[in-house]
Amino acid sequence: MTPAVPEKDALREFADNLKAAPRRVLETAFRSGPPTTDRTRSTFVFGNVFLHLHAVRTHRWSLKWSTTMGLGIMSVSAFLITLVTGVLLMFYYKPYPEAAYQSIKDIHFVVPTGRLIRNIHRWAANLMVVAVILHMARAFYTAAYRRPREYNWLIGMGLLVVTLGLSFTGYLLPWDQLAYWAITIGANIAQSPREVTDALGITNYFDPGGLQRLILLGSDQVGAEALIRFYLLHVMLLPLALAALMGVHFWRIRKDGGMVRPADADEQLARQRHEETYPVFTEAPAKTYHLAAIVRGRTANVGRGPENTVPSMPHLFYAELGVMMVTLLACVAMSLVSDAPLKELANPSVPENPAKAPWYFLGLQEMVAFSAFMGGIGIPSVVLIGLGLIPYLDRETEGTGKWFGGPGGWPLVRLSAVFGLCVPILLESFAIRFGWLREWFPNIPQPIVTAINPGTLLTLVYAMYSLWCIKRYGSVRAGALGLFTCFLGGFLVLTIIGTYFRGPNWVFYWSPADWPKH
Amino acid sequence: MTTKPKAAVSRLDPEPMPRRDWLGLGSLWAMGGALMFGLLGMLKLPKAAVLASPSKKFRVALPETLPAGEAFVPPGRAVAIFRDGEGIFAVSTICTHLGCVVKPNAEGFECPCHGSRFHPNGEVRKGPAPRPLPWLKVSVSGGTVMVDEGTTVPQGTKVA
Repeated sequence: MTPAVPEKDALREFADNLKAAPRRVLETAFRSGPPTTDRTRSTFVFGNVFLHLHAVRTHRWSLKWSTTMGLGIMSVSAFLITLVTGVLLMFYYKPYPEAAYQSIKDIHFVVPTGRLIRNIHRWAANLMVVAVILHMARAFYTAAYRRPREYNWLIGMGLLVVTLGLSFTGYLLPWDQLAYWAITIGANIAQSPREVTDALGITNYFDPGGLQRLILLGSDQVGAEALIRFYLLHVMLLPLALAALMGVHFWRIRKDGGMVRPADADEQLARQRHEETYPVFTEAPAKTYHLAAIVRGRTANVGRGPENTVPSMPHLFYAELGVMMVTLLACVAMSLVSDAPLKELANPSVPENPAKAPWYFLGLQEMVAFSAFMGGIGIPSVVLIGLGLIPYLDRETEGTGKWFGGPGGWPLVRLSAVFGLCVPILLESFAIRFGWLREWFPNIPQPIVTAINPGTLLTLVYAMYSLWCIKRYGSVRAGALGLFTCFLGGFLVLTIIGTYFRGPNWVFYWSPADWPKH
Repeated sequence: MTTKPKAAVSRLDPEPMPRRDWLGLGSLWAMGGALMFGLLGMLKLPKAAVLASPSKKFRVALPETLPAGEAFVPPGRAVAIFRDGEGIFAVSTICTHLGCVVKPNAEGFECPCHGSRFHPNGEVRKGPAPRPLPWLKVSVSGGTVMVDEGTTVPQGTKVA
């Protein structure tokens, strides 16, 4: 029996399908078609796994420059830049003492574009620390940590800690003198709970400090084990932790209704606005939201008109892209101007003098110069716990979404800035001019110095000031405004003193030109 | 315990714990517990049983002329060896503050990192160091000195 003659020419169809394949690949990848109208742009955004991190529409308030100043996106951009340049550096970097140093030298002098890539990596890392701190300040001063964003504030603090951890672990990798001694100091700060356990005489039985140092270094000195551990943390564990936290951070921003904005944001915009806006649903929606049935309570937009939103694509995306480009530009520009430092090969028997940590840790190093435990572990822990508690202690609603919002407002912040800058300057001047307890009473027991030193006094004065603010303005938010401003002021003063005014033997000098010559 | 009147049961809020879920949850917890115990056992991973550090004992010949009070620092070691009328002793030059290597000078030792100063016997004179520099175990045999950086001895222990 002969097969029946097919009605269609299968070969012809095959050829047509082949011809259409490229177009169909594109169509199936972007199922909503080209994003040319508001509706197709919307479906494009929520049909794309990467873009869907954004809401389909963005409130005009979020797009105002003064709302965020782009600091969050700047942090992400800096992270992405370090990620790309870091992976490139890994092609040549060898995490073993001496070999590490030689490979960095190779990257700097031999590898094509290696020097530029290392510089960009270093500048992006610095920029990331700055951007993350400023982003945190922005979130604080606009009271963005309030309900329902309390937990996201904690995630943000986790991101800050991981960012600093990434910087610290990256600092050792060149294995030069600067790196080696900064990490020696850092590892000994991890060991500094011994200052307390020694005073109690229990170090032989209970030694958390020694254990921390041992686990960090993998040995009892900074060597090959420490380098591998720091490398692993730097290129694997901490970036993964950061990525995971970032995912949660962004997702919660979206779930919490985007950027924080004042309750009267729409009225304020209506007063300023000139351009024409139009409602979200110009036609009947193509789909009803079945999921709305299981949402408990209010969703973010109930009771508010949607008129003040614009499609995220292109408005939000262009803004984000702009910030990313500026960030990249800044990193490249700085990299062309200033090289990442590389000192001589690490020498375990001769410390770098002065041995300075990266600049954002010099505030800590300044406090460590009085008491290792308090400056390196005690006070930072108190600060982190205090920052983490802010959203749970401030349950007020006044001033949410406004810069320096809340009782006291800008005048209180201004006063606190002056106070926060003056107290550490006075304390440091006193300690630099007259010395501290150990100079006056050489036999004073260590626990007294641990408990009473410029760092702990500064913390205490700030805490008292904050309590005064709460009482004076009858508001916890006012206390938080005072305390956070003081914290920024103290960080600034101590960092500047540690960076510019400390020379060999951690002695105070007005300028590096006055340093003794050896 | 008094029982509260039952709230209206919605299709979306069934009873808190249907009986048939109990076994499932139980096995989930058992698995979680087993995993946790396994992980707890493996927590020792980052702390090696033997540390990869070079030997802490070393042998060195003192220079013929070493005036009393002057330190001899063997190259590459963080130890200052002294010899006076009573005998030989060794003081660790690793700062008790944050581990920098202190430098011997006429008045004792000074730390380049955070400005701690020590008397020649290791006692703290100034700065943030919480403890004196430890004295290390020394033994003399056949004209050379053996120093054990891993063993501390009470201050004032001198070996003839």
